[in-house]
Amino acid sequence: MTEKYTMPDNRGHFGPYGGMFVAETLIPALQELNDAYQHYLEDPDFIAELDADLQYYVGRPSPLYHAERWSKALGGAQIYLKREDLNHTGSHKINNTVGQALLAKRMGKTRIIAETGAGQHGVATATVAARLGLECVVYMGAVDVARQSLNVYRMKLLGATVVAVESGSKTLKDALNEALRDWVTNVDNTFYIIGTVAGPHPYPAMVRDFQAIIGRETKQQCYAATGRLPDALVACVGGGSNAIGLFYPFIDDASVKMIGVEAAGDGVLTGRHSAPLCAGRPGVLHGNRTYLMADDDGEIIETHSISAGLDYPGVGPEHAWLKDIGRAHYVNITDEEALTGFYALTRMEGIIPALESSHAMAYTMKLAPTMKQDETIIINLSGRGDKDMQTMAKREGIEL
Amino acid sequence: MSRLANTFEHLAKTGRKALIPFVTAGDPTPEFTVPLMHAMVEAGVDIIELGVPFSDPMADGPVIQRASERALAHKMSLKRTLVIATEFRKTNQHTPIVLMGYLNPIEAMGYEAFANAVQCAEVDGILTVDLPPEEGQQCRELLQARGIDSIFLLAPNSSEARIQKMSALGSGYIYYVSLKGVTGAGHIDITDVENKLNLIRANTTLPIAIGFGVKDAVTAKLISALGDGVVVGSALINKIEANLTDAERAKNEICECLVAMRTAMDERS
Repeated sequence: MTEKYTMPDNRGHFGPYGGMFVAETLIPALQELNDAYQHYLEDPDFIAELDADLQYYVGRPSPLYHAERWSKALGGAQIYLKREDLNHTGSHKINNTVGQALLAKRMGKTRIIAETGAGQHGVATATVAARLGLECVVYMGAVDVARQSLNVYRMKLLGATVVAVESGSKTLKDALNEALRDWVTNVDNTFYIIGTVAGPHPYPAMVRDFQAIIGRETKQQCYAATGRLPDALVACVGGGSNAIGLFYPFIDDASVKMIGVEAAGDGVLTGRHSAPLCAGRPGVLHGNRTYLMADDDGEIIETHSISAGLDYPGVGPEHAWLKDIGRAHYVNITDEEALTGFYALTRMEGIIPALESSHAMAYTMKLAPTMKQDETIIINLSGRGDKDMQTMAKREGIEL
Repeated sequence: MSRLANTFEHLAKTGRKALIPFVTAGDPTPEFTVPLMHAMVEAGVDIIELGVPFSDPMADGPVIQRASERALAHKMSLKRTLVIATEFRKTNQHTPIVLMGYLNPIEAMGYEAFANAVQCAEVDGILTVDLPPEEGQQCRELLQARGIDSIFLLAPNSSEARIQKMSALGSGYIYYVSLKGVTGAGHIDITDVENKLNLIRANTTLPIAIGFGVKDAVTAKLISALGDGVVVGSALINKIEANLTDAERAKNEICECLVAMRTAMDERS
């Protein structure tokens, strides 16, 4: 790549994607947020406070772990895991919520709202709200409330109100709709912490910037461990925040392959999946233009994935752009394949990954054997699997 | 002159305000909508906002969300909404129709095909909730070239600069969202609306229709005194929801409600 990557433009466009497609009441709120974000991004006090929180509260830097036994078993590239599962609250989501909560505090907002799918972002939001003493309301699809009850309990313990959303498909997209409705109603005192790199500008860029700590650390750690850049980066993609966090600092390093793994559910050909980049088309939802799962009339299609965190019909607009320009590649992994990845990491390395991250593991099992032993793959292990114990036990016919 | 401009000019001459019902196309069934539109005209409405059902109506409250869900269950779509508009136009040449909905169905159809289809159906204006003017230039120009008005929203927190922008880019009328919230919310504040309307008036010559939270004849009268028109949606759709097995009764109750609003709005105070 000859020119430095500078996306998005000042109105949040990544080529034809991104933007600010919202109802009028939210326009002033998004402008206020963008102004605050641009200001504090350059503010040394803000950056110092954020860095301290990431170190002492989140527990950063997270290790880059060489999965030697698994690499050997697969017989190809050396596999390294970026251990975001070791963060406080158990996933990469906290990197972003810590940042946005600090912004909320500086903007004088007293109330925090969030949407959540698997509950990881909800927990990470409830956590920072508790720490700052802010009121917190988390919207979660009723289907997800049922399948991620452990995280619902955690959020409640942390003092958050969890609202089960009964409209539409009762999953992540409906939680986002409901959070937007709350924001439009309570826009004066409320800060909406979006958990992924979707939504209207400035969220896709802002969440990316807060998550880019993952890639910045990885680059240094990879040099320290191998003396050079990695050959491939692999991350699961729902909305795409963990993937963009890993990819972003490597975008100008043309030799580094970037692979995003979408959820194929029962298989892309069955229509029961959550893979808009692989099998969707461009459209507008939740404030931005991106690849979506929609029918010929533009109505959003219900999605499916074993992992609640990937069960979303859209994807961050920057991924749409990286796909179109060919800088990143997007593949898909079925529920069944994801389980293979889940068991492999659990048994080979003694690390139980989240079902979301298991999609990246499963793809790596296909990729690693095709690469040389002196090549390096880095997988973003975006979250730990504790929250999925009920889902897994149920699949195995075990009552906990 | 466009049908919308004509309507507002005529109303202004007779000292009346526009009564603008919002109904979702195809709610509760596709067959219900055209007869309902004609009945509403009989009841005294001036303009009809026809909602295009969408799977993810982010700016709408639960009542209009459920209306969308009922319509979508009958495979209602943007295309079929345009068929309804065409059907209505066959026997009514004077009542303006404004399509109100979300952007993605328009994206799926393609902007140019959409503009052509809207022209063909003799629809008069387009209000796309999640298409602010910054993102909507292409769509607006295609519509403008075909004589179709682009109607923009203003909100209680819209700045003066924003008001000027909407005034410059919009046509037909400006839709003032009377409260911070979703459609059908219950916390409209007449004094707030009045103050904001003064600011908007100072910055535009376009007619101003006021909506969100208009529940009954009393609020309709109060609100209409402040602007040039009143939009009522959820209060009407409630009547559909209460009479899902009796379409005729739903239609009659909607018309009774509109007649009461019309009468209250036309009273000299």
